[in-house]
Amino acid sequence: MSAQAGFAAALLDAARPCPDGLVAWNGSDPARRFAVYRNNVVVSLVDALAEAFPVVHALVGGEFFRAMAQVFVTTQPPRSRLLAFYGEGFADFVAAFRPAAELPWLADVARLEMLRVRACHAADAEPLPQAAIGALLADPARLPGASFGLHPALGVLRSAHAVVDLWAAHQVDAPDLSGLDPARPQAGLVMCECDAVTVTEIPVPAAAFIECLQAGASLGEALDACSADGGFDPAAALGALLRAQAIVSIREGDKDHE
Amino acid sequence: MSTAIHSATYDAGATALPQRAGLGLKPAHVRQILDTRPAVGFFEVHAENYMVPGGPFHEHLGRIRADYPLSVHGVGLSIGGEEPLDEAHLDRLAALLERYAPQAFSEHLAWSGHGGAFFNDLLPLPYTPATLARACAHVDRVQERLRRPMLLENPATYVEFTESTLAETEFIAEVVRRTGCGLLLDVNNAYVSCVNHGREPRAYLQALPLAAVGEIHLAGFARQQDDAGDALLIDSHGSPVDRAVWALYEFVLGRLGPTPTLIERDNDIPPFEVLLGEAGEAGRLLAAVRSEVTA
Repeated sequence: MSAQAGFAAALLDAARPCPDGLVAWNGSDPARRFAVYRNNVVVSLVDALAEAFPVVHALVGGEFFRAMAQVFVTTQPPRSRLLAFYGEGFADFVAAFRPAAELPWLADVARLEMLRVRACHAADAEPLPQAAIGALLADPARLPGASFGLHPALGVLRSAHAVVDLWAAHQVDAPDLSGLDPARPQAGLVMCECDAVTVTEIPVPAAAFIECLQAGASLGEALDACSADGGFDPAAALGALLRAQAIVSIREGDKDHE
Repeated sequence: MSTAIHSATYDAGATALPQRAGLGLKPAHVRQILDTRPAVGFFEVHAENYMVPGGPFHEHLGRIRADYPLSVHGVGLSIGGEEPLDEAHLDRLAALLERYAPQAFSEHLAWSGHGGAFFNDLLPLPYTPATLARACAHVDRVQERLRRPMLLENPATYVEFTESTLAETEFIAEVVRRTGCGLLLDVNNAYVSCVNHGREPRAYLQALPLAAVGEIHLAGFARQQDDAGDALLIDSHGSPVDRAVWALYEFVLGRLGPTPTLIERDNDIPPFEVLLGEAGEAGRLLAAVRSEVTA
């Protein structure tokens, strides 16, 4: 093992002894000094997660969050030098983290917060003018074969829990969760508009429809896929996309409109 | 003052920052800065925070850059690493520098990743002929890829290595000599390392290649103790600049003359006015040394 490989392994595993070859000017135990590096690494990465997942942090409290995040940090250290997206694997980790099992909505709240991070840093794109979209929607012959290019910042999440309500309740200083039923299925739409990342509740079937479009389905294919759901309202789904200014292009056959 | 020893060989190439006080750009302060356009000499950002496709970070930095000089400070290149530089990361860095055309680019004499893991910390390296050759090769590659000279920052460290055969100052001087890079002199790091390793700060500073300094960093530290009960200072960037560091800064300015100076704060970020006050203090010391130079 190379010197840095040994140093690196001991950074993340507190059960390992201090690496060989370290020394202090006054002959003191270098382990105490090496512990500064261990602490810096864990604290800075836990801090990065706390910043990305403020509502998860609020839901479980700081002490629980830091203990949970420390397990994530030491078992799944970043693989990228870009820390902005370090939280990508955190929701799956939370879902499997047994001490958090009594909060079954926690992982989906983390998923919603990660969508917010992605929305904030997504590529910029100009929304298509409403008139161009209106003309397409008014033409039943064009509609089924057309597909939408959606904004890179757009994200949707379908959950068996009231993730949007839980998130919204924590946007004030003193969250009031009374009257909130976490077991209510809910879907959210995330966008970045004018510097601010927004989270809006949309009907659950509308979220399924948008997921189809994001996967590249034409409008006709997406409508077919979702129409079996009795609660699906195509107008509500398209209205959500229009209000979010999330449509950036229309593709018909091999023609692109932007 | 006659001891100002800036040489045109280094600083003209490695930095075009104004000889004024600058501040790190914090997302929490961006709105206020854009609204009030405070008199700040330059702003500095961490390169990696802006390696994202789009959104408000870029929108804000573009507007800041239109009105202020900019320093881009990397924290993820791992110049002191055993492994080859990450060429994809260098590509991202080159694109960022092309987009914002900053007046300076700097990185650390440290490593921050190994075996595919990234630790988000600046880790120490032994000072030997072999690690010197590797660090020089990495600086050469960075300057070749970015097609500009870089500033290399002296580290804050908590341990030393039994295998080291070179003093830190010798090591840094030799990297500067061999690669032609400039020096980002972090006076807080110098003080922290000197206390942590029983060195005399002024002797340490004077042994550095001061003619190559293109920028100065000032920051705050936290105080702990080592296993023998001696002071162990932590480069925390979470408190105001310490009195001892201000004194060393004056000593350095006396040697260098006016030099671009950044107040660094990354944790426990105070209101913008507090940082502006610290930049004002640095600005007063810069003005004092400037009047001595011209007197």
